Amino acid sequence: MTTDVRKAPFLPVAVLCCLGFAAVWLPFLHVAPNRLLSGVARSPHEIVLAVAWLAVAGLAWFIRSRTLAIACVSAMVVALPWLAGHDAGRLLDGAAPTSRVQTGAGFWTMWLAAGLLLLDRLRGLSLRWRAATWAAIALAVLSLAMGGAFGDIAIVREYRAQRGVFIDAFWTHVALSGTTLLLALAIGLPLGAWAWRAKRAGGVLLGVFSFLQTVPSLALFALLIGPFAWLARAWPALGALGFGGTGAAPAVFALVLYALLPVLRYTVTGLDAAPADARDAARGLGMSRWHVLARIQVPLGLPVLLSGLRIVAVQTVGLAAVASLIGAGGLGRFVFLGIGQGATDMVLLGTLAIIALAFAMDLLFQGLHALAEVRA
Amino acid sequence: MIVFEGVGKRFGGRSVIDGLDLRIEDGEFFVLVGPSGSGKSTLLRMVNRLVTPDSGRILVDGDDVASVDVEQLRRGIGYAIQSVGLFPHRTVGENIATVPRLLGWSKRDIDARVDELLALLRLDDPGIADRYPRTLSGGQQQRVGVARALAARPRIVLMDEPFGALDPLTRESLQSALRTIQRDTATTILFVTHDMDEAFGLGDRVGLMLDGHLVQVGTPLELIRQPADERVREFVGGSRARLRELAIRPVRERMRNEIASGGAAVDIDASLQDALGAMLAQGRDRLRVEEKGRVVGSIALADLVERRG
Repeated sequence: MTTDVRKAPFLPVAVLCCLGFAAVWLPFLHVAPNRLLSGVARSPHEIVLAVAWLAVAGLAWFIRSRTLAIACVSAMVVALPWLAGHDAGRLLDGAAPTSRVQTGAGFWTMWLAAGLLLLDRLRGLSLRWRAATWAAIALAVLSLAMGGAFGDIAIVREYRAQRGVFIDAFWTHVALSGTTLLLALAIGLPLGAWAWRAKRAGGVLLGVFSFLQTVPSLALFALLIGPFAWLARAWPALGALGFGGTGAAPAVFALVLYALLPVLRYTVTGLDAAPADARDAARGLGMSRWHVLARIQVPLGLPVLLSGLRIVAVQTVGLAAVASLIGAGGLGRFVFLGIGQGATDMVLLGTLAIIALAFAMDLLFQGLHALAEVRA
Repeated sequence: MIVFEGVGKRFGGRSVIDGLDLRIEDGEFFVLVGPSGSGKSTLLRMVNRLVTPDSGRILVDGDDVASVDVEQLRRGIGYAIQSVGLFPHRTVGENIATVPRLLGWSKRDIDARVDELLALLRLDDPGIADRYPRTLSGGQQQRVGVARALAARPRIVLMDEPFGALDPLTRESLQSALRTIQRDTATTILFVTHDMDEAFGLGDRVGLMLDGHLVQVGTPLELIRQPADERVREFVGGSRARLRELAIRPVRERMRNEIASGGAAVDIDASLQDALGAMLAQGRDRLRVEEKGRVVGSIALADLVERRG
C-alpha cells in the first residue's frame, strides 16, 4: 500500500491543508453560560494546531508515502475531538454548572478538512483497506468516548441529558427509514419489472413519479394530512392501528412515494443490464421467463439495483427528518425542537445522528454492492 | 424433419413472409440465403417459436410446434446467433452446459459432454472451461456459442448468421468444423446467411429468399446452372457464378486417369478452385492428382473450362 502519491494529484491536499490551516484562526470552542445563550470564542491551542497542519502538508509534499499520509491524517481525525474534549474540561474548571463548551467553526472546519483529506488519500485503495481505516478510526473515537474524553463537550452533555428520548428517536428514525425501504422495494420491484416489460406504459409511470419527485417534501407531508385524517374517520379500525392525519402512517406513505422513483428507475436499468442477445439466446435455448429472470437478469442486474438502493436509503434517512413535522417522530424532532428553542446543541445532536445514520446506510449498501459484484 | 406449410407473417401491416412452403429432410444441411430484410431470420425463429406465424403451420418431426410445450420444444433444438449471446456472468463451461442443465443431466454426464465439445470445436487452451466469455477472442466466443447449441445433442440446430461477424480465416475454420460435425452426427441444420459463398460451401440444399418468398430451392449447382429467374441469376453472381461452381465441384469430377510427370500435386477431394489457384501460382496448366498421397491421375486447365453435364 505504499503507492507513490506523485501519481495522485496534489491539488486537493494543498487546498485542504490550506483550509485546515486557515481554520486555526476560527473559534475552536465557545464557552457559554447555559445551553441557550451564545458563548465567547476560545482557541487555546492555536500554535499547536497551526504547526500540526504545516506538518501534515509538509509530510504529504516531501515524504510521498501514502501509508504515512494516511496514518498522520487518521491521527488528526482522532486527535481533534480528543483535543476539544480535553480543552473543554480545562475551560469548565471552576465554571458554573450550567456552563457549556461548544465546538466552534474552527473545530468543525478542521475536522471536515481532515476527514476529506483522509478520503482523498484513501481513494484508489481496495474497499478492504478503506473499511479497515475507517473502522480503526471509529474504534479509537469510540474508546475515547467510553473513557469519557468528550464528557465536557456541550453536545455530549445534551445527549446525556436527553438520552432516553434520543435513543427512542433514533430507533423511530431507523424504523421509519427501514419500513419505507421495504415497502418501496415491495411495490417498486414488481412495478419496475412491469414498466420494463411494457415500455410505453412504463415511460408514463416513470413520468408520473418524476413529477411527484418535484413536489417539495414539506408540502407533500402537509397535503397528506387531510386524506389520512379522512381515512381514519371513515374506517375507525384504521384509526385504532395508529392511522391518522399525522403520525407515522402518512409519513411513511410520503417517503415511499419519494423512494419509488429511484427504485423503479434502477429496477428498469438493472433488468436492462443483461444484454438483449444473451436474453434472446436464453429464451431460444429453452429457459422460461422465470429462468431468464432468476439466472440471467437478476445476477447481472443486482449490482445496478444495489447502487441505486444506496441512493434511495441515504435520501430516505434525510427525508425522514422532515417527517417529524407531521408528528412521525425520529431524529428530525431534535432538529426542529432545537431550532424552536434556539438550542444549538440539540440541533447539532439530531443532525450529526442523521448524518451518521446516512453514512452507515451508505456503507451497508456499498458492502452489499461489492458482494454482488464479486458474485456476478 | 422440418416442414413449413403455407406460413405467413406480417409486421405492422407489412408482409414479411407470404404463404411459404418448405420441407427440410432429416440430416440435411439447409441454408437460407438472401439479402437482409428478406425474412430468412424470421422464418428460422418460427421453428423454435421465438416468432409466431400469423398463418400456416410448422411441423417438427411431424408435430405442429404450436401444440408442443414451448420450453420442451426449444430444449430439443439447438440455437446459435450472430451476436453469440453468451451469458457474461457464467464461465465457458457453464455456458456450454446450459441446456443439459435445464434437461437435468447428471453432473458427470455434463462434465464429460463439455470436455467432448471443447475438443470437438478446438477450444483447447488449458483451463478455458473456467474462463469468462469476455476473456475470449471473437472466434473463440462463437465456438462456445456453437458448442452451447450442440450441447444436448439436438437432432435439429438453428443457426442465424453465426459466423457473420468473424474474420475470413476464423470463419472458414469454423465452417469446416461445423460441416464435419454435421456429417458425423447426421444433425439437421437450418442455417441463415446473406453470404452466397458460405451458403454454397455449406449447404446440401440452398433456399434463396427475396422479399418473403422462396424464389428457388435446390442444390448449389442447380442454382448456378438453372437459375429460376433473372433475380436468382443476379444474386448468384451473373457470369461470375461459374467461379462459384469451381469452388463447389471437387477435382475428382474433372480429372483424367493419365498420370502426368513432374509439377505440384492436388488432392482428389480439393475443389476445382483450389486446383486453378495452384496452376496460377505455379504458372503450369497441368497438375498431378493424389489420393491419400498416391498419384492417381492428372488435371489440366482445359478440364476446368470444358463443359460436361
